[in-house]
Amino acid sequence: MGGVLVRPVILTVCIYLFLKFIVPNLPHSAPLPSSLIFLYLMLTTAGIVIFATLSGASKDAFFGPILRFLTGEGGGALSSARYLVLALFPLLVGWQTYGSTASSDAPPGENRTIHPAPPGEYTGLSNPVPKTLDNINYGKGLYASRCSPCHGNFDGKGFAAAGFTPPPANFKDPTTIAMLQESYLFWRIKKGGVGLPVEGMPWKTAMPRWELEMSDEDIWKVIMGEYDGAGQKPRTWDESE
Amino acid sequence: MMNQGQIVTNHGRQLAGRAALLAGCAALVAWAGMPDVAFAQEAAPQAPTAYRDIPYIGSRNLVWIIAQLHLLLAGFVLGVPIFAWLCEIVGWKSGDKRYDKLAKEFTKLLTSSYATTALFGGILLFLLIGFYPKLMAYLTDIFFPSFLVYCGLFLVETATLYLYWYGWDAMAEGSGKKFHIFLGFLLNVFAFFIMIVPNSWATFQSSPVVISEGSDFARAWAATWNPTWWPVNIHRLIANVVLGGYICGAYAGIRYLSAKSQEERYHYDWMGYVGNFIGVFGLLPLPFAGYWLMREIYQYNQQMGITLMGGFLSWLFILQAMLIGVLFLGSNYYFWLGITHRIPGSETQYRKPIMAMLIILLLCLGVWMTPHSLVASLEEAQKMGGTHHPLLGVFGVMSAKMTVSNLMVLVTFMSFIMYWRAGKQDTAGWAKAAKALMGGVLGLAAIAVIVLGVWGYFVPAIIRINYFSTSQVGIVIFVMLTITPLTALLLKSAKTTTEMVWGRMPPRAGYALVLNAVMVILLMTLMGYARSSSRVHWHIYGVMRDSSQYAFSPALGYAAALMALNTFLFCMLVAFIFWVATMGDKAKAAAGTKGSVEPGAIPAMAGGSPALDGPEADASEEKRPV
Repeated sequence: MGGVLVRPVILTVCIYLFLKFIVPNLPHSAPLPSSLIFLYLMLTTAGIVIFATLSGASKDAFFGPILRFLTGEGGGALSSARYLVLALFPLLVGWQTYGSTASSDAPPGENRTIHPAPPGEYTGLSNPVPKTLDNINYGKGLYASRCSPCHGNFDGKGFAAAGFTPPPANFKDPTTIAMLQESYLFWRIKKGGVGLPVEGMPWKTAMPRWELEMSDEDIWKVIMGEYDGAGQKPRTWDESE
Repeated sequence: MMNQGQIVTNHGRQLAGRAALLAGCAALVAWAGMPDVAFAQEAAPQAPTAYRDIPYIGSRNLVWIIAQLHLLLAGFVLGVPIFAWLCEIVGWKSGDKRYDKLAKEFTKLLTSSYATTALFGGILLFLLIGFYPKLMAYLTDIFFPSFLVYCGLFLVETATLYLYWYGWDAMAEGSGKKFHIFLGFLLNVFAFFIMIVPNSWATFQSSPVVISEGSDFARAWAATWNPTWWPVNIHRLIANVVLGGYICGAYAGIRYLSAKSQEERYHYDWMGYVGNFIGVFGLLPLPFAGYWLMREIYQYNQQMGITLMGGFLSWLFILQAMLIGVLFLGSNYYFWLGITHRIPGSETQYRKPIMAMLIILLLCLGVWMTPHSLVASLEEAQKMGGTHHPLLGVFGVMSAKMTVSNLMVLVTFMSFIMYWRAGKQDTAGWAKAAKALMGGVLGLAAIAVIVLGVWGYFVPAIIRINYFSTSQVGIVIFVMLTITPLTALLLKSAKTTTEMVWGRMPPRAGYALVLNAVMVILLMTLMGYARSSSRVHWHIYGVMRDSSQYAFSPALGYAAALMALNTFLFCMLVAFIFWVATMGDKAKAAAGTKGSVEPGAIPAMAGGSPALDGPEADASEEKRPV
């Protein structure tokens, strides 16, 4: 194989190893799903092909060895390798086909939506409870007794958190409650996991349906306490709020 | 026993009998289907029909296909005049006749494509009246005054188009040319209004404003000025420029690939460059217009905003990122091919900056394409602690997406600047200072965009949306407004070291142009589905529910198949329009050049023109004619 082809192969392998073994070991990280690794490798391949085909010379240097290999130039070990590829290719296709069609007891990969759209009746709501220190502290108290066993100190690490899939939300993460309006939280707390729509599947959360145990006013107070405790602000369309 | 002939005869009789029976049934159904004729006197009064359907394909699918084709054709018909008019002005101002010829070539397409668009508009109207009579009655009641305005606009647009096209040669010089350019301006003004009037009907369905009091005109006016009307108007206007530019590029790409003579290759290579340039010119502000539209939708209704940006339609935006990514890569690739092939000897000189730009583009695209909720198996999700990755999950929200889209716009702009400057040597005394200034502006702008993007995670959403995101856009625009005139000034006194050689692009450049056009069409079909589906089970959001059997959102895979079908059908339609419009020219050209075709000339598309590519092409470029 030509040297021009070796470098892209090494680059692709290095990126794969980085995504598979280095990224999961970074602080606060976790293993990446295969779909994301595949996506990034596709981008890498696209970049390699784009760069390799910028000029006629680089294109020939890149594709030349592949073309020569496939069209039968060179004998000996190359010839054996060619036969090996010809034999392995149908097997690879067969394996892929089997893998995608054979029945399995593993649940399918689903594109679960973390924040599905709320029902229409919740979209126009605004928090009716005055934002006073007393109300915020009252909400924090309710949070401590009802929510913290799972959601912990607003970081999703309550003592019961390890028992749930999906895990309780981390409110300090800027991509959770900071992206949402208060009315959205009101819906989620009031209706809980059972109130999630279909796109929240396949794993509905274990969040209780708090409307059975708390009044609407208390839920609004919990929301205020949650935002204050997590150091976040709800999404609004008015800067003065 | 029956012989073969008897069997055939009996089968024939049976078939004839069944055909007669079927015809009889069809006639009966048709007769019964005309209640006013058949049972008008006996039948009790019935509730007005709300829906009708069509077998097999279904009313919704048929309307979807026809509406999407009409919209794409309309985008083309409204985008091409902008493109043609800009080219005509450039040709008039610069005295370069190629631009005038190009503008005329594309205006010729308008007459046939205009008729096709109107035809599809008519079909769509009949289908809507037939399939959704209740909805159409409601919309007519609200918008009747604007229907009249729309008809009036069509009349003046048609008259102006005829004058513009048929008067081209008669108004080629002097004050005639000025008047012709004014006609082009009018054509675009009327076209703009033709676009925004029906936009008000469509946006009303998503964000209705209904007032029960006032005159018909007041009700129509209030409904027209709904919250998403202007964001959609601006987004579509820019998208039409992009569509017009890239379709022009694709046309040039195909003609380039099928060119048999060097002269044709020169012309279509140049045309491809102009098309790609105008496409990129429109593409740069498009993400900002899209962001504004989404912001307005979210602000109008949280449910609709989350359905689009965080709910089940959010996957469309990952597909959108892929398509836009391919478009950015394709456009830059075409610029880079232009540098390495049209400017002899520049390949090694620009290889490193091209590699740097490519890496930045790919990193940005990687961030843009990373979803907030990842596709993961149960085992993978358990390891991650949910479908939201604790580290890379931050790439899934708008702060990251806005940052990388701004950086991609900056890189694409710099690609163009690099192409513009290639083969020229600065001679101005202040060139060094100017280049340092441009480098400083670019570097600081990139840092500022990234800092604002990261900071955006730590401020309330409204601060990020109102100030940080708009500042990022402002910074990018500032870079463009600073570097473009500075570069133009530098190039005014620059010495050309290597002349640009047209007609030397490799065949893959032509394919890149076609790919770009297909990406834009796919993008428009994707966004058409997103806009319609965001209304979920409402015909008119919150006002009129969809109570038909199709009151559900089609699955993404199903929708993707229809988008692909619509893209294919539109490409076929455009190919047909191009073929019809250029048939006469090709016949004339063939008659004129009979016997003068280069010996052994085979189009690149058919595997010819090997000299356009390969190392020998790079080595011998200096010998080629300019």
